[in-house]
Amino acid sequence: MGSLKLTGIRKSFGAVDVLKGIDLDVADGEFVIFVGPSGCGKSTLLRIIAGLEDASDGRVEIDGRDVSAVPPAKRGIAMVFQTYALYPHLTVRDNMALGLKQAGAAKETIASQIEMASAMLSLEDYLQRRPAELSGGQRQRVAIGRAIVRDPELFLFDEPLSNLDAALRVNTRLEIARLHRQIRSTMVYVTHDQVEAMTLADRIVVLNGGIVEQVGSPMELYNKPANRFVAGFIGSPQMNFLDAERTGEPGCASVGVRPEHFSVSRDGGRWSGEAVHVEHLGADTILYLDSKEVGALTARLFGEHAFTAGDTLYVTPLEGQLYRFDADGRTLF
Amino acid sequence: MAFSRARRNLIAELGAHAILLTFTVIALFPVLLVLINSLKTKKAIFRAPLAPPDAETFDLIGYATVLAQGNFPLYFWNSLFVTLGSLFLVLLLGAMAAFALSEYRFPFNRFVALYMALGIMVPIRLGTVGILNLMVATGLVNTHWALILVYTAQGLPLSIFILSEFMAVVSKDLKAAGRIDGLSEYAIFFRLVLPLVRPAMATVAVFTMIPIWNDLWFPLILAPAEETKTLTLGAQVFVGQFVSNWNAILAAMALAIVPVLILYLIFSRQLIRGITAGAVK
Repeated sequence: MGSLKLTGIRKSFGAVDVLKGIDLDVADGEFVIFVGPSGCGKSTLLRIIAGLEDASDGRVEIDGRDVSAVPPAKRGIAMVFQTYALYPHLTVRDNMALGLKQAGAAKETIASQIEMASAMLSLEDYLQRRPAELSGGQRQRVAIGRAIVRDPELFLFDEPLSNLDAALRVNTRLEIARLHRQIRSTMVYVTHDQVEAMTLADRIVVLNGGIVEQVGSPMELYNKPANRFVAGFIGSPQMNFLDAERTGEPGCASVGVRPEHFSVSRDGGRWSGEAVHVEHLGADTILYLDSKEVGALTARLFGEHAFTAGDTLYVTPLEGQLYRFDADGRTLF
Repeated sequence: MAFSRARRNLIAELGAHAILLTFTVIALFPVLLVLINSLKTKKAIFRAPLAPPDAETFDLIGYATVLAQGNFPLYFWNSLFVTLGSLFLVLLLGAMAAFALSEYRFPFNRFVALYMALGIMVPIRLGTVGILNLMVATGLVNTHWALILVYTAQGLPLSIFILSEFMAVVSKDLKAAGRIDGLSEYAIFFRLVLPLVRPAMATVAVFTMIPIWNDLWFPLILAPAEETKTLTLGAQVFVGQFVSNWNAILAAMALAIVPVLILYLIFSRQLIRGITAGAVK
């Protein structure tokens, strides 16, 4: 019902190639997240799917239908924006109704759709208000409601949580996850925040410099990153990349160890280092080490530990948790 | 510490107010002079131009002359029609051009924008002879349209320049949301974008309106006939080569202030009222 197929999508602005051939299949009901650093083309790709931007080359198919030349309103999509993009002169109800009205839906259909969406997002009390009279979180819920009302085949989210503060972000994230379980529509979501990507997605598409670096489930990306970029992008704090010559690892150019995959001891271990800085977070303790053998290292320990800056510590990578990369950055398994 | 900071702010505030008040006095002085002298006898105008009218010098002869001159209501109407007509066209066409230039990518977009802005630097009066020839050829001389078309051309460059800057900062997401909801480009322009740039429209309206209302040049050349005379041109009947009827001139000028003042008040309300809040962020 709401599958999406991208074939050879390219986009250039003048001489700058923003997207360099994107192929992707999204199954009906799937939650797919595009993630990548800023400028990687993820928002442009979403706008091409929405029809707000024309691709320089390639095909967009929604539900098996080539929509490359179909205007946004006729693609069966709904979109939620980072800046909410509510119509300032309309009430919450009219904001949600506008799309259906334009499509010529019957009054009763519109009313029942709005009732359904506002109940789902607990917006019933705000229907007569204007966007200016709502808080940021409420505005984003209205924007999501406006999308639900259209009953689209495909939901598009363009960094919907970026303008919310930290607490609201978690709440709204849960709300979106619940929404997806409830209505089972296909969702495509763009974010630069890998935590959002890891927590929401069925599948993550990692984009970098206009190409797809890897597509996979959150745990696939975490456990089997295809290359150094994905290994570094997924996971926080970032994976440690060490020069293979200094670690003495044969047959590769560099090795990677995630900060959480170290055992740390005061007495002895594979690499020694001086703690430059220690962050005590309660649940975690994060150590920044300067190692004579391999350079700067970050290690993350669970729970509280009494290390302080200046301590000399020994770290050892856990068994089987060492990633090896060739000279081109590809992972060697 | 708190004391010295408070004092510094006070001094800065007093300074700002002093500067603003000085400017207000300078700006309003000529207007005030026109108003008080329009209410005085001719002798009193020359004897003591700065004195306000008293029981002895008070005289409404200027206003009586102006209103008795039968055609002044017509001149008023002509000025108002030409000004409002030009204003409507400048705002509508200027906003549409600005929207196209800031919203759509098309070949020579930058060049066209630059070409439009060039008009700000070239005074339209340089083309008077050409314009007159054109108006004669098209039979528009002595019609309101001659003036409206010229003033529209005169006002467009600045309005396009200012409005396209403002339209460029209207949320891209809002326009995208409109497109996804199936609004036509015209609906997006009229219903989403125009309300958000209303303060800019009001600014452009004020800047466009004043020179048109005050213009003497084009009415004199393009529409000097009795039935199309504007107020500024009409007031010229009181200016003679040797003797000027100062009472009537000052009264006409005082009356001419009223309509622009009303228009300005309307626009400045728009300047203050912003409904952009809550649209984005």
